[in-house]
Amino acid sequence: MMFKLVMLKTDALIFLLLAAVGIFTWYVRRHDYLRAPWRRVLTNPTGMAAAVVLAVFVVIGLLDSLHYRPALAMKAGQPVQYGVEVLSALDAMLPKLRTHKEKTYSAPLATHLYAKETIVLANGSTVRDYPRLKYGGAQLADPHTQWMRDIVQRIAWGVIEGLTLTALLVLLLAALLARRQPGGLVAALVRLLRGGNAIPWRTLLITCAILLMLGLVIVQLAAAYHVFGTDKVGQDVLYISLKSIRTGLVIGTLTTLVMLPFALLLGIVAGYFRGWVDDLIQYLYTTLNSIPGVLLIAASVLIMQVYIEAHPDVFDTSAARSDIRLLFLCLILGVTSWTGLCRLLRGETLKLREQEYIQAATAFGVSHWRIITRHILPNLQHLVLITVVMDFSGLVLAEAVLTYVGVGVDPAMYSWGNMINSARLEMAREPVVWWQLSAAFVFMFALVLAANLFADSVRDAFDPRGRVQ
Amino acid sequence: MIAYLLRRILYAIPILIGVNLLTFALFFVVNTPDDMARMHLGMKRVTPQAISNWKAEHGYDAPLFYDASAPGINKITHTIFFEKSARMFVLDFGTSDDGRDIWHEIKTRAGPSLAIAVPVFIIGLLVNITFALLMVFFRATYLDFWGVVLCVVLMSISGLFYIIAGQYLIAKLWHLVPISGFNGGIDGLRFILLPVVVSIVAGIGGGARWYRTIFLEEIGKDYVRTARAKGLSEWRVLFRHVLQNGMIPILTGAVVVLPLLFMGSLITESFFGIPGLGSYTIDAIQSQDFAIVRAMVFIGSALYIIGLLLTDISYTLADPRVRLQ
Repeated sequence: MMFKLVMLKTDALIFLLLAAVGIFTWYVRRHDYLRAPWRRVLTNPTGMAAAVVLAVFVVIGLLDSLHYRPALAMKAGQPVQYGVEVLSALDAMLPKLRTHKEKTYSAPLATHLYAKETIVLANGSTVRDYPRLKYGGAQLADPHTQWMRDIVQRIAWGVIEGLTLTALLVLLLAALLARRQPGGLVAALVRLLRGGNAIPWRTLLITCAILLMLGLVIVQLAAAYHVFGTDKVGQDVLYISLKSIRTGLVIGTLTTLVMLPFALLLGIVAGYFRGWVDDLIQYLYTTLNSIPGVLLIAASVLIMQVYIEAHPDVFDTSAARSDIRLLFLCLILGVTSWTGLCRLLRGETLKLREQEYIQAATAFGVSHWRIITRHILPNLQHLVLITVVMDFSGLVLAEAVLTYVGVGVDPAMYSWGNMINSARLEMAREPVVWWQLSAAFVFMFALVLAANLFADSVRDAFDPRGRVQ
Repeated sequence: MIAYLLRRILYAIPILIGVNLLTFALFFVVNTPDDMARMHLGMKRVTPQAISNWKAEHGYDAPLFYDASAPGINKITHTIFFEKSARMFVLDFGTSDDGRDIWHEIKTRAGPSLAIAVPVFIIGLLVNITFALLMVFFRATYLDFWGVVLCVVLMSISGLFYIIAGQYLIAKLWHLVPISGFNGGIDGLRFILLPVVVSIVAGIGGGARWYRTIFLEEIGKDYVRTARAKGLSEWRVLFRHVLQNGMIPILTGAVVVLPLLFMGSLITESFFGIPGLGSYTIDAIQSQDFAIVRAMVFIGSALYIIGLLLTDISYTLADPRVRLQ
């Protein structure tokens, strides 16, 4: 075997979540009343554009969740040994980004290092100058004259490739649409470009075109340069940013996944059975809610640090250790954030249980369990969905803050919080090292903005109150 | 009214006890004091003697709940639970790891925290409401649309960026105010200016958008139509009628955070070097001073419960239709 598959705890949960989303989609497709609000989401141009951006992030995150340990180079006949470093499918796709390490900081697209060094010249004398980078722009013989042309050329290539792919995409889509609509390929093409479809294909295509061009320009540039520069130990910042996507997504989604069962169960039980059960559950969530979130998280994470340090033998790789810390962070964030949804669900269940159809079901002798699963749960679906998508962006932002406080993800883990954290010292340098902060900002902003816009479109589609206006 | 208030206060007590028990369980049962001692002394090569010394020094050497060896009432009082947890109810928080009295520290640090938090709260509320009302006034126009877009963009930026960018631009590049620090009196104004402005800007996006939906909900109601039918100008409708009714949910929603203003903001205070409770907490977290964290958890929950109480009261004052049950 060339490699050994590694299933981290969060990986397993991510794929579980993916399966759950798949089943939910299949279920929604079969029920017309469930499909109606989703159709409204599909026809919202902003929401769909945001969904495309989100999809790109999700694909990168999923690729980064397929972990393995590569086999070490061995002599023939020896048993295979595997490296301690845990890599992912994303690493396998970006070998250059991962391994091309410079000495220290270098600016985006730079050909020379950030700091001056003593260089020994061919004739034996020494000068103090900015040394050439090992990989950034290494193909240029004379960077001062060739650099500009090379960059422009690469950007132009990226744009051309992007436009070509977009044109192909347009034709493909038109051909697909022409099979369902009257008027042949040309009519479908015209309708597509004029934006005459119910689903905003044109907006989707424009989003795709922009993303393709951006992506391909970056690919072109990254082949020879460090697009976002390098960090203190010479690691490519683009690589760090890409690896951070998974961390952000895990925090945003798994937190909801772990809190959902609690919120659903307790919320429904409290609203449905009322009485002392209700009192008890209300007491529980008021108590948890009254502890300031950051402090509860801080306290729990401190406790967990003590546990990890006291039991170092439980985790075989450092990846497994930072992974368990990430999972624990999700759990704690879940515990602090389920109370809001629980209260919402309790209130809605209280309202629902007085409805005539529930009374009828009770009169027919339908069991509590069946009433809850058949009649109450489907009517709470929109609340759950809106909360899940609305919480996502907040959780991604929370990761950065918590990591800054020192109770977030492991310092060794790639995350935007860690990037911002190290940027604090970099901003105090002279000249300023701005690229790591900027990269974290760009990536985080893109993800959170897309998530916010998508969440808005989902809320508009599902919330009956919003539709009246 | 008084009976209702009393009942609410009585209801708050079990919640505080719950918080107390929970923090106790987190800090002493999940990890034993031995673990804590080992962590502080360094993991490797710690002698049992060093651990018991550390525990005795910090008062963690008593049993958790029940001391069978102590005489009389001391069976209960000479325990970690009584000395470390139960005494929080009389505001005795013990000493921090560097030997200072925590309650004294909290009292002196509340001032700087409030110096930042109160202006942020009041000016922020005014700015958000103004922004929201402007968007509602120009509703269904491009101004409103771009206003909402601006809000979404602003709220998609992490608070850390506002602080870093603000510090870099205003303090480092333009030298308008000091980067960080704090001072009492009028001189302190130049120190708190930047953190206040940055915090307000960071809060505009979420706040203004939230208030806009509240006002929009209000504007669809019957009394607004009546007011318009009377021939009132749109401006007058907005300020006389919609603003006043919209303020009920806004103010009652704001009341709950009022007591929490004492706690300050962790991030802002630590970035700007303000010696408030927020930076106190963050320092405690980073130096793993459990006594301070425990105290702050307790105080934070107590303040939150007071906030809930104030919310209930303000509801009844703002809206007479709300009945006390």
